[in-house]
Amino acid sequence: MTDTQTTSIPSPAPASDREPLLKVTGLTRHFPIRSGLMRRQTGAVRAVDGIDFTVNAGETLGVVGESGCGKSTMGRLVTRLDEPTAGKIEFEGTDITHLGVGAMRPMRRDIQMIFQDPYSSLNPRHTVGTIVSAPFKLQGVQPEGGVKKAVQELLELCGLSPEHYNRYPHEFSGGQRQRIGIARALALKPKMIVADEPVSALDVSIQAQVVNLLDDLQQELGLTYLIIAHDLSVVRHVSDRVAVMYLGKVVEIADRDSLYRSPMHPYTNALMSAVPVPDPRRRQRAGRERILLTGDVPSPINPPSGCRFRTRCWKAQDICSSQEPPLVALKTGHQVACHFPENAPSGNAPAETAS
Amino acid sequence: MTDLQKTPADAASAPAPAGDPFLSVRDLRIHFDTDDGLVRSVDGVSFDLHKGRTLGIVGESGSGKSVTSLGIMGLHRSKRARISGEIRLNGEDLISAGPDRVRQLRGRELAMIFQDPLTAMHPYYTVGQQIVEAYRVHHPQATKKQARTRAVEMLDRVGIPQPDRRVDDYPHQFSGGMRQRAMIAMALVNDPSLLIADEPTTALDVTVQAQILDLIRDLQEEFGSAVIIITHDLGVVAELADDILVMYGGKCIERGPAETLFDAPEHPYTWGLLGSMPRLDRELQDRLVPVKGTPPSLINVPTGCAFHPRCPYAALTGGRSDSEVPVLAEAAPGHHAACHLPAAERHRIFAEEIAPRL
Repeated sequence: MTDTQTTSIPSPAPASDREPLLKVTGLTRHFPIRSGLMRRQTGAVRAVDGIDFTVNAGETLGVVGESGCGKSTMGRLVTRLDEPTAGKIEFEGTDITHLGVGAMRPMRRDIQMIFQDPYSSLNPRHTVGTIVSAPFKLQGVQPEGGVKKAVQELLELCGLSPEHYNRYPHEFSGGQRQRIGIARALALKPKMIVADEPVSALDVSIQAQVVNLLDDLQQELGLTYLIIAHDLSVVRHVSDRVAVMYLGKVVEIADRDSLYRSPMHPYTNALMSAVPVPDPRRRQRAGRERILLTGDVPSPINPPSGCRFRTRCWKAQDICSSQEPPLVALKTGHQVACHFPENAPSGNAPAETAS
Repeated sequence: MTDLQKTPADAASAPAPAGDPFLSVRDLRIHFDTDDGLVRSVDGVSFDLHKGRTLGIVGESGSGKSVTSLGIMGLHRSKRARISGEIRLNGEDLISAGPDRVRQLRGRELAMIFQDPLTAMHPYYTVGQQIVEAYRVHHPQATKKQARTRAVEMLDRVGIPQPDRRVDDYPHQFSGGMRQRAMIAMALVNDPSLLIADEPTTALDVTVQAQILDLIRDLQEEFGSAVIIITHDLGVVAELADDILVMYGGKCIERGPAETLFDAPEHPYTWGLLGSMPRLDRELQDRLVPVKGTPPSLINVPTGCAFHPRCPYAALTGGRSDSEVPVLAEAAPGHHAACHLPAAERHRIFAEEIAPRL
């Protein structure tokens, strides 16, 4: 498969360890709400409201959060399918925040996306061959040995049969369609893949196949992943680092083991305790340990002042409504935005009181 | 087919059911004629359910779990569907009963919570109107005012804040979790004895899912009804179910009490399901162990054991896997599995190869 790499793609010097592949600072996306005769802007849905993170080459960053927390919008901003309102996105040191369609095109070779729904992300009137070879055509790339050979190699890499070249998407099951989507994303040998809920539409047994495939591809091709998902157990399985989003903000970002062993933000704690455990014996215990969040996520049109989680947080105090907690590193590789973090190393907590 | 009995070991979780089951399904078959051929969605499923107990039906998409539940509710059109077998509710057979009789029971004795509350509720009517309608159909003597009071009471019971005001809201004004609560209120408004929840939390976030699962459990304790919960999420059934039925290719391939099914699953497909999911309560595995291949088409169900093309142990059955349909046999007290592998061999494989990887 490695020889599908064409000579026309320049291979840049490997990024140094300290230089992140993707760096996002203060990324913001507000969707305007217009009303009245003049269509004046009367408000904004603050889908993504100032987030910072980095993704290093070769690692997997998982992003979790409830629906409506802005994780998908974030994915679309990073791949520049959507225009950020403010902030900065740097890919390999290049600012791509406001690149136009033409200027962005060469970058698209390096950043590809896998979509959630394998049914709507493939054109039903195109054959698999056309779908997977579309990136070559759009980028004007002539793969070695011809397009057909390259596509068949890609299909094989993703666990499909090369004979599927002339078939249509409807002839495939959900898991196979997702593999077609992955083959398409891999066509141009990208450096980074943004996957928005890559397995949530699939059955459990197929989910595991696709998770393993993503794993193998990363090992084989040295890919960097940004995986957006709501399933905490899947995210734990695939990620090296995990970011937790709530209402347009990153509330906690940490190394996987650190996050899952000792989550600091109350929201992360609540999310994890809500995951059903497939062990009936633990039912009684789980009921007692479970932190039940009441109510729903507030509207991103009028997010609560200060800490956005305070309306549902059992540790909230006065400071939480007046001051927004900054995202600070309380431990190496563990950043959290909370006034009263849990599991914090002693002496480090900003305002820890008896809780 | 013996009664679903609890093993003495887990008697602590619930009292052993006594007497006749409230719902008894025998050899249920639901087939559909299509242009491509006969779809055998449900092909000989049997189970019993007592009042106050919860049955979890687990399976992948296309395994026939939803068709089973719609069959119990009598929601298949008789023109299209060929239904045979027996569904006895409190001793009364629902398949041979006329549509009018089933309509009387539906909503009063049997109620259903659907997967997607946005499509299951009518967007044109307020939530209150829809609950009131469900109540008045079965309580013709109730006045509109009484019905409305009842609707407010139910909304309050399922945890909707300010129910007297929210009762006049339209479904789109509710969030996903609240809509699901409203649908539960609608299902429970007539105190049904059997509640079927078809993927009740699949469309919801984990935090809301936990709330809804708690609510279903509380309501069941309060009303003592029988509950069938259908899901593909083994975590959800582990939270709620007393007994679990695993479906594959339209058949029940394993059935047993929740504890033994998770501790000592008998069927290779159940092993595959358990191995496929990453679990937060276990140490991180290096790799998941998926079931290879894809679920079968229900038009061309594989011969013999429907699971044999995907089963890693099919070769150990002496060639019976693709020629003979395995029968659901008791493997442990109250625990049934349909597998050709000899029980001793299965236990050895599970103990040596499967359990360490789970």
